[in-house]
Amino acid sequence: MTINQLSIFLENKKGTLLQVLQILKEAKVQIIASAIADTVDYGILRIICNNPKEAYQVLKDNGIAVALTDVFAIALANKVGEAAEVTSIFAKADISITYLYSFLMNGKGILIFRTDNADEAAKVIESNKLTSFSESELESL
Amino acid sequence: MANYPEYFNPDMELLTRPEIEALQLQKLKKTVEHCMNSAFYRQRFAEAHLKPEDIKSLDDLRRIPFTTKQDLRNTYPFGMAAVPLEQCVRLHSSSGTTGNPTVILHTQKDLDMWANCMARCMWMVGLRPTDVFQNSSGYGMFTGGLGMQYGAEKVGMLTVPAAAGNSRRQIKFITDFGTTAVHAIPSYATRLYEVMQEVGVDPRRDTKLKTLLIGAEPHTEEQRRRIEEMLGVKAYNSFGMSEMCGPSVAFECQYQNGMHIWEDYYIVEIVDPETLEPVPEGEVGEMVLTTLNREAMPMLRYRTHDLTRILSGPCPCGRVHKRLDRMKGRSDDMIILKGVNIFPMQIEQVLMQFKELSSQYLITLYTTDDNDDMRVDVELNEMTDDYNFLQNLTRQITLRLKDEILCTPKVKLLPKGTLPQQEGKAVRVKDERKHFA
Repeated sequence: MTINQLSIFLENKKGTLLQVLQILKEAKVQIIASAIADTVDYGILRIICNNPKEAYQVLKDNGIAVALTDVFAIALANKVGEAAEVTSIFAKADISITYLYSFLMNGKGILIFRTDNADEAAKVIESNKLTSFSESELESL
Repeated sequence: MANYPEYFNPDMELLTRPEIEALQLQKLKKTVEHCMNSAFYRQRFAEAHLKPEDIKSLDDLRRIPFTTKQDLRNTYPFGMAAVPLEQCVRLHSSSGTTGNPTVILHTQKDLDMWANCMARCMWMVGLRPTDVFQNSSGYGMFTGGLGMQYGAEKVGMLTVPAAAGNSRRQIKFITDFGTTAVHAIPSYATRLYEVMQEVGVDPRRDTKLKTLLIGAEPHTEEQRRRIEEMLGVKAYNSFGMSEMCGPSVAFECQYQNGMHIWEDYYIVEIVDPETLEPVPEGEVGEMVLTTLNREAMPMLRYRTHDLTRILSGPCPCGRVHKRLDRMKGRSDDMIILKGVNIFPMQIEQVLMQFKELSSQYLITLYTTDDNDDMRVDVELNEMTDDYNFLQNLTRQITLRLKDEILCTPKVKLLPKGTLPQQEGKAVRVKDERKHFA
């Protein structure tokens, strides 16, 4: 039910983001969505892409501090209040969302997020009949 | 106002050069003899096939082996004592838990002599019983606390043991108690001025400040002049180290042209740190000190690792006690930050305990607004998506380092491979502070 996300450590310094993006470009990795969480000294760059396992290896071989992380990707109807609706489902189940970001793909809203309890979250997704994507489903969109 | 004499201790302060040398020889012989009560020195002399009676002239001092900080660590805690412990009344110890810390013992006479020497320094810069003295130095094991306290009381000043920190309270004391003299490290003097501005206190208008005793922290002549300008005071530089009691070893007189080292208390040598041979008069080398008045822990030819030189020529103050130039740095890797002595090894040993980190690290010392700080760059072994984990790790490293070195460094996490790989003799410390520019 979850998909692989790349989590990359970026020093807050000119050129570090570009360096990572160049490596991915040369490895012909297609980035589907990305987000950066920043602090004063460093940031975590989170990327959804095709072939995450291969991208992970390429980055690692290039000396980049990277981790593969399991995150959920679920469909959101492109209408007012939808994000609040979905979030309330997890709140009711007492599941905290650690971080999230969203994007549109071919007109479909997609929400990427991580929770403090992946097993419970999977159950909630299923019981509430939310549409979650696997990697191949996401790529075929 | 009472008419106070110009010198605190004229008999000693106004000795001529031949008198100083005669006194030093007499005290040196006595000290060497007394050292035979110390297990450490008995063994040292036996190994060097040296007997106390071999020391017949001041030149013979050079036949005595050096004493090092490592010797203090090896004999931790009481192996160097030259008197039974029951005669000791005070102990000061270095910071840190790496290896063995060092311990310095004092008898009551040692403390009296220390207070006397400290009072002599204070009197020399013009402090009198009419002054109100505020000590903004850390108390406890740090010798700048109690050392200054006892000296100030010996002078007869009203003494405020304000201790370190809490700038607003310090300023309230200064204004309410009519403080005329403050002891603080140079960066803290600057800090006090900043806070005075915040709370609307004009040091010239609202305080009676006229004297600042600074030291312990390396600083430039420009920094001193700036402190004097800001606070409307005269600021006097000084040298001290816990192995030699603490503050009072050497102090500037009112002419502020080098620090008089009290030669009735110490014999000073300046040696080449490589060859350990004396450098020509006036050249920079490592300062080596021999105590002449200590009972509990006399020390012969102690290598301070501080680099300085003897300034030549007479001083207009009338004292012929030699004058030391500002410290020029260290002949070992010890870092002096905010008056605290730190060895890079202490930092390394803390970092090694974190399996999340690689073995590479870099210590950077830098100055912002006259304030010296330390940053420790470390490398993450493995990346994680967990932001809380990274933040927590940074906090844990910072806390552990603070426990060890008593300063709070800024810890910066870096991805693995960012720091240059060290080959051969590792360069772990980058000093970008202003006083080394």
